[in-house]
Amino acid sequence: MSIIKTKELNKIYDVETIPVHAVNNVSLEFEEGEFTAIIGPSGCGKTTLLNLIGGLDTPTSGEVFINGTNITKLNSREIIDFRLRNIGFVFQAYNLVPVLTAKENVEFIMQLQGISKENRESRVLQLFDQIGLKDKLNNRPGKLSGGQQQRVAVARALASKPKFILADEPTANLDSKSTSNLLDIMLKLNEVENTTFIFSTHDSRVIKRARRLITLEDGKVVKDDIVK
Amino acid sequence: MNTLIKMAWRNIWRNKKRTVLTMSSITIAIFLSLFSRSLQKGTFGNMISNAVKFSSGYLQIQKKGYWEDKTIDETFEQTSKIQNLLEKNKNISSFLPRLESFALASSGLQTKGTMVIGTIPELEDQLNNYSKKIIKGHFISEKDNSIVIGDELASFMKVDVGDSLVLLGQGYHGITAAAKYNIKGILHLPIPQLNKQLGLLPFQECQYFYASENRLTSISLMLNDPELIDKTKDEINNSLNKNYAVMTWAEMNKELLQFVDTKNIGSIIMLAVLYIVIGFGVFGTIMMMTMERRKEFAIMVSIGMRKSKLLIVVFFETLFIGCGAIVLGILISYPVLLYLSQNPIKLSGEFALAMEKVGAEPILPFVLNSEIFIYQTLSVILIVMVAITYPLIFILKFDVLKAMKN
Ligand SMILES: Nc1ncnc2c1ncn2[C@@H]1O[C@H](COP(=O)(O)OP(=O)(O)OP(=O)(O)O)[C@@H](O)[C@H]1O
Ligand SMILES: [Mg+2]
Repeated sequence: MSIIKTKELNKIYDVETIPVHAVNNVSLEFEEGEFTAIIGPSGCGKTTLLNLIGGLDTPTSGEVFINGTNITKLNSREIIDFRLRNIGFVFQAYNLVPVLTAKENVEFIMQLQGISKENRESRVLQLFDQIGLKDKLNNRPGKLSGGQQQRVAVARALASKPKFILADEPTANLDSKSTSNLLDIMLKLNEVENTTFIFSTHDSRVIKRARRLITLEDGKVVKDDIVK
Repeated sequence: MNTLIKMAWRNIWRNKKRTVLTMSSITIAIFLSLFSRSLQKGTFGNMISNAVKFSSGYLQIQKKGYWEDKTIDETFEQTSKIQNLLEKNKNISSFLPRLESFALASSGLQTKGTMVIGTIPELEDQLNNYSKKIIKGHFISEKDNSIVIGDELASFMKVDVGDSLVLLGQGYHGITAAAKYNIKGILHLPIPQLNKQLGLLPFQECQYFYASENRLTSISLMLNDPELIDKTKDEINNSLNKNYAVMTWAEMNKELLQFVDTKNIGSIIMLAVLYIVIGFGVFGTIMMMTMERRKEFAIMVSIGMRKSKLLIVVFFETLFIGCGAIVLGILISYPVLLYLSQNPIKLSGEFALAMEKVGAEPILPFVLNSEIFIYQTLSVILIVMVAITYPLIFILKFDVLKAMKN
């Protein structure tokens, strides 16, 4: 059964003046364990689609179901709690809370979920082991490289044990070495822990490693391929 | 919760300079207002206490009708019943019967209207330290039939210790009062008005002079706690019969009360303006701290932090800045005011003269009064509360996606 299902999803900006159909009648399904890239030219609607799936934006029409819950029907507080328990986010940049250390950043989301201290500790260690930053636990984000920060962001997104992780151009600000390092980690998590990743990207190196490619053009899905 | 507080604490130190600047502006405002309130309350308290000691007392018992005419005919007899009543009241620290009226003093060619007060020298001295205020000669004692007068009166009359002064006035029931007294001492008091017209006689001598044996114009009451003046007034009023009237210093000395009230309002307005200026500074800082972190807030809400938790963080940031400043302000002010309240600044030179001219003692007295600390603390809490309102509303209303785009 699919964990995400969008039904005739539309997002139209500036409905009164010159309407921009950022997302145009998109109906998609995502299964558990996917490693999917959403691609397409700039302005094709990648960010808008991810925001709709993540409940950060509300559609003009259509519905988004996550594990059977219609999230377009949730109120503003319910959707925040829903995100906390079900969706992991990795943004393009400035992901982390600058006054918290790497460890505290990851722990914070578990605190919001009300997870006990012992469980948090062991999970943090496990995650930092997986992202290979055990020696940077107590660094603040300012003392981490961009790539390291994104790895911590992935760890934080995973910490809450979400159903899936949404990442909008997670490698856009990274050099090629950090990019491949981050992708290695994401792929390993996907293979070993069956973590579902859905991300948008422009980057051919990233596109090469995706297993499913969804191509958007002017808000419409024009191609949806299983690559390997 | 712990993490939220930790975040708030670290956040306020992200821009150290700004935080220190904001905190010190509040601290300075607290210090200035505590300093000025303490000085003002001290000055007023001193003025009132001087005025009431030398003349009216905090409360005064009179014959009903005396206050309107102030004649020697409106006097009353001293009774042990009143004496007992006053001794029993716990808020009355001392009481002093006086007989006073105006008489004409003359010596040689000089003549001047003089307030002649008959008093019990020993009690008066305990209360007002008259013997220390004698600049020439000695203070009177109970059995004397001599007079002490204010220094300005003495120089106007061109008299000195040992000279004699003729008093002429009207005694009880129209009897002519006339007598000649030896000047035993010359006084300098902190109230210029009194220096110009005061003459003090021993109580019995004065009663004799005004032909009003065993009669008094008033009993002045000193209080342990002047704040309880109204309660004490009611207690005495209730136990005295209708022939007596009890008046407070404020009723008897309307000018002083008015002076104190206007000055008080003036300075409260000044402080309000100061606090409004500081309030804008605090508002600016919190607003900036909030606006520049829009994106950070947006990401936190995206990953599942409720806005109410963000509010807690910003609330604690403000609390740290505000409370830090309050504590610092009090820590700095308290020792300074404690020292000054025990060692009032004595003025000298022209400034001192100017103060004496308007009837004030040439010292700067401070009081250490918990009330002023409480009011300043509450004021700061209030302005901080007002300053934080808009940032909190902003957090409740801001759009996550828009904030993230910036
Ligand atoms: N808040 C908005 N108001 C109006 N139009 C918007 C808004 N956000 C996005 N758009 C428009 O919607 C379309 C899709 O934008 P979106 O950001 O989803 O594209 P994208 O595929 O993520 O582009 P990029 O690759 O540059 O990030 C664009 O034409 C954009 O101009
Ligand atoms: Mg985009």
